[in-house]
Amino acid sequence: MIHIPDLAHATTVQVIFCFLAFITIATAFMTIFSRNPIHSAIYLVICFFSIAGHYLLLNAQFLAIVHIIVYSGAIMILFLFTIMLMNLNERHQVHRPRITRLGAIVSFCLILIVLIAIFINSKPIVGGYDSTGEDFQSIKVLGKILLNEYMVPFEFASILLLVAMIGTVLLSKKEKLK
Amino acid sequence: MVDSAFILEKSVVIVVVFAVTMIMAMYSTWAERKVAAFLQDRVGPNRAGWGGLLQPLADGLKLFSKEEFFPNTPNRFLFVVGPAIAMSTALMTSAVIPWGDRLHLFGRDILLQATDINIALLYFFGVVSVGVYGIMIGGWASNNKFSLMGAVRAASQMVSYEVAMGLSMIALLMMTGTLSLKEISEQQAGMNWNVFYQPLSFLIFLICAFAETNRTPFDLAECESELIGGYHTEYSSMKMGFYLFAEYANMFISATIISVLFFGGYNYPGMQWMVENVGVNTANILGIAVLFAKICFWIFFYMWVRWTIPRFRYDQLMNLGWRILIPLSIANIIVTGIVILRHDLAAFLGF
Repeated sequence: MIHIPDLAHATTVQVIFCFLAFITIATAFMTIFSRNPIHSAIYLVICFFSIAGHYLLLNAQFLAIVHIIVYSGAIMILFLFTIMLMNLNERHQVHRPRITRLGAIVSFCLILIVLIAIFINSKPIVGGYDSTGEDFQSIKVLGKILLNEYMVPFEFASILLLVAMIGTVLLSKKEKLK
Repeated sequence: MVDSAFILEKSVVIVVVFAVTMIMAMYSTWAERKVAAFLQDRVGPNRAGWGGLLQPLADGLKLFSKEEFFPNTPNRFLFVVGPAIAMSTALMTSAVIPWGDRLHLFGRDILLQATDINIALLYFFGVVSVGVYGIMIGGWASNNKFSLMGAVRAASQMVSYEVAMGLSMIALLMMTGTLSLKEISEQQAGMNWNVFYQPLSFLIFLICAFAETNRTPFDLAECESELIGGYHTEYSSMKMGFYLFAEYANMFISATIISVLFFGGYNYPGMQWMVENVGVNTANILGIAVLFAKICFWIFFYMWVRWTIPRFRYDQLMNLGWRILIPLSIANIIVTGIVILRHDLAAFLGF
């Protein structure tokens, strides 16, 4: 069942969480609804910042700051950059036929139903977490675990990124050759 | 843990750090003019106060009393947000910098740092990477081609040099083994300054710091001969002041980071002896003075370079960043790794 928190007796963390969640959802919606692509991108940046706030609430400092550096600091800047250079305006918007819009609405509703069903039927984790005495938020422990126990998946992820990067460079070079 | 005295102590530290950053940024504008005047054999500001010392106040007053001009833009809100972001990000980094070790006042140890987080250096990179938004949003919202060009130049320059800056830091971090600026300062006690162990890393960091603060020789974002005023062409009054002030605050902060990371921070030779024989407070006040002397030297260095070296061309800037600095810092990482693991490697190869 869904547990509705008691707002009158909410702890500080819960209040902050509600505030952050509100910002996250509001800006995520504004990202989709705003007509101006630059405004969309800026809303998405605010959304990413609030998600970093969620990470901080979970005491995941490293994840929060890396999230800011990678998403807000690099990816979204490149996004903004591209949008500014492309000079997208409202009148350049592609006309979508009615059947596509209808399909989008139907699929959205279906996904919504599935998600609500999942959330209603999901059960919270039974039992507490084991305390191992190690601070898994500190980068020292995190780095040791990533490069010892999970060395192979970690390296695979970096190879995946490298391949993606080389692929992008190749694609852009190909267009130039033509 | 969190008692009222703790909150009061931290508040005082934060307010003092904020005030000092502002004052340093203010007097950097005065110092810049004096240094420029000295290098060009002029006198420089000398009317307001002794040696022109009141000149920054007069400038502030002038900027406040100027007309607030808004260009014909559909994004008035973003037009105001631009300088606000630039200013906030310029002031945020000072939270993690250790200004000194500790003072012993009112029967308690006061750490001279707003907060000591174990991701301090990453926090610094995060704030720097967010700082691009101030310039980009402001330049775009100005609704002016020259502003947009300046903003796009600034953004691509800062994103490119962040990569080299991060890679040059990795070599240093492999040696220190920590991201906390306090621990990095403590490791450099005596004359164990990191610059002696990582000179290449320091050089790359210095060049990237110039590019990140948009200072000459990398000030292509506001290159007057091509772009009028760059991203702040349309700005006037105090909004313009905020952009210029943010530049000086950034300069102060990056000078501080350079001093803390590579030049021992608040450490000076014989600090341990001073702590034991003279007293904690005297030793640490001297430490703060030493840190500020280092910072002032680096601010002077920024100005020295600005009035000595001409501006780069844009393709030269990009070539330097991507083709020289990044491979150089990767080579530096490899060499550092080999030196750190030299005993294991020797054992592996059978020596």
